[in-house]
Amino acid sequence: MIQVKNLQKEFRIHQARAGLGGAFRDLFSREYKTVKAVNDLSFTVEEGEMFALIGENGAGKSTTIKMLTGILTPSEGEIVINGYVPFKQREEYVRSIGVVFGQRSQLWWDLSPMESFRLLKSVYKVDGTEGDKWLDRLIEELEINSFVSQPVRKLSLGQRMRCEVAASLIHKPRLLFLDEPTVGLDVLVKQKIREFLRNLNETENMTILLTTHDVSDIEALCKRVLVMDKGKLIFDGLLSDLKEKWGNGTEVSFQMKKRTPADELRKTLGEMPCEISQVNEYTISVKVPQSQEMLPFVLSTVMSTFEVSDVKIMETSTEDIVRNIYQVDTGVRGHA
Amino acid sequence: MHKLYMELIRMRFLTMLAYRVNYYSGIIIYAINIGAYYFLWGAIYGGQQQLGGLSVEQMTSYVAIAWMSRAFYFNNIDTEIAQDVREGKVAIEMIRPYNYLSVKTAQAFGEGIFRFLFFAGPGIFLISLIIPFHFPATATGWGLYLISLMFAFLINTQINLLTGLFTFFLFRNDGMMRAKRVVVDLMSGLVLPISFFPGWAQTVMGFLPFQAVNYYPSLIFTGAITPGRSWELIGFQAIWMVVILVPILILWRMARNRLVVQGG
Repeated sequence: MIQVKNLQKEFRIHQARAGLGGAFRDLFSREYKTVKAVNDLSFTVEEGEMFALIGENGAGKSTTIKMLTGILTPSEGEIVINGYVPFKQREEYVRSIGVVFGQRSQLWWDLSPMESFRLLKSVYKVDGTEGDKWLDRLIEELEINSFVSQPVRKLSLGQRMRCEVAASLIHKPRLLFLDEPTVGLDVLVKQKIREFLRNLNETENMTILLTTHDVSDIEALCKRVLVMDKGKLIFDGLLSDLKEKWGNGTEVSFQMKKRTPADELRKTLGEMPCEISQVNEYTISVKVPQSQEMLPFVLSTVMSTFEVSDVKIMETSTEDIVRNIYQVDTGVRGHA
Repeated sequence: MHKLYMELIRMRFLTMLAYRVNYYSGIIIYAINIGAYYFLWGAIYGGQQQLGGLSVEQMTSYVAIAWMSRAFYFNNIDTEIAQDVREGKVAIEMIRPYNYLSVKTAQAFGEGIFRFLFFAGPGIFLISLIIPFHFPATATGWGLYLISLMFAFLINTQINLLTGLFTFFLFRNDGMMRAKRVVVDLMSGLVLPISFFPGWAQTVMGFLPFQAVNYYPSLIFTGAITPGRSWELIGFQAIWMVVILVPILILWRMARNRLVVQGG
């Protein structure tokens, strides 16, 4: 459904000279630096996949999304989506996609979302009962019925965001792009949106691509993850593989009923390759590198030997993983 | 497609109505502007019957109608485009299956109709209570005026599109847009009828599109010229429309390729 081959985007950035003299010289001749925002990106996506594009700020995620949605023209490389070349056949292509930008609204600020939906319906030439039914379903599932007739400027961020999602889906696109859709939302709204997206993916087999900073988004929605760094794709695969490869294991924190020194725990666990540290007199945390094999063992051993009042398991967040990838520069390798 | 543009015009109408205070003050501003120019010209004429080929009555009508025409052709789509580019809103426009420039034009048209009906209409009515005012006597006169006004709108909108498009390359061109506004108001004959300019200036302006924006339709409205001459002026307007279309299309194509979406 999506085929991207050797995609590149270069920007020419004006380098301002320092000082007043420099500013004067800038008036006549300017220096430019060429920056590769996206460098040699290739991947393919099948219909019905849900996947996330992650990376630090400035890694090239947004630029990539903008090229995929036909907003920016790539400097080099090929993109074919739904059988269209986005930047060449823009008007035909964008009919088959929906886009949500978390940081910019596509609703009319002074009018109600309903008016915007109405306009979008004629933009995408959605008529008839089927279009109405679909819109009703969107309104119902996103639970926006109670405020869909208020001016957008009077809505809260969470309410507005749900309307944005509905607006991007008016024409029942086959492919949905979400660029940081959950920035600044509270947990409840996030959950509602995620649930809705998952449901959409299941019932309509809609392909969904999202970029996000929020780890829980990815964990809740996506199996497949693409990690970008400095314009390059450094990982493409399953989320579980990513964790296995780059994660630094799981941290378990035991709350004991009695005062327990860390050494005692060390003795019990024997030669187990794990990090044990004392948090306070009653609390000890254990870091296990490979969670799948060792975690059950550690848990059962500790629980049977000591009197434990509480256990907390903290999995490495995807953020940590991403940070790990950056730090272990030598470990960066080409993906499959 | 037709339905989309109707819908866009309707939307702009609603947006204009959303701020009622803006709307009421708009009417008053139009009335004040027209009134101020009326008294100014009254003072300039003094006791004279004719100036620059226009009588006092014709002049009064000219001023009123120039402002009324302006209500229709005037729009801010250049600043809107600039804002879209600066804030990165073009991104949203580019994911829509329509042509950005045509959509902007349709929105401007919605705004034009709104102002014409709700600003200029009541404004002219208020003014006609106070000062003597002549409407065209014949249906032909009205028809010619409306055709010419439509072209005036298109040409002015094209000029705005052109200045707006420069934002794609310069990122900040407020100065250019402000200068354009003054130039259009002055050279289109809003502030001063073209016949009042010195001869050399009139020659120069003959090579510029600005008088097609206001002077031509206003002249047709006052009835100071024959229908034959009116058609001639409308012909000039049509030519200008085609001529300005060329750089717009070229710039748009270039802008698409070097578009940079600002902020995230």
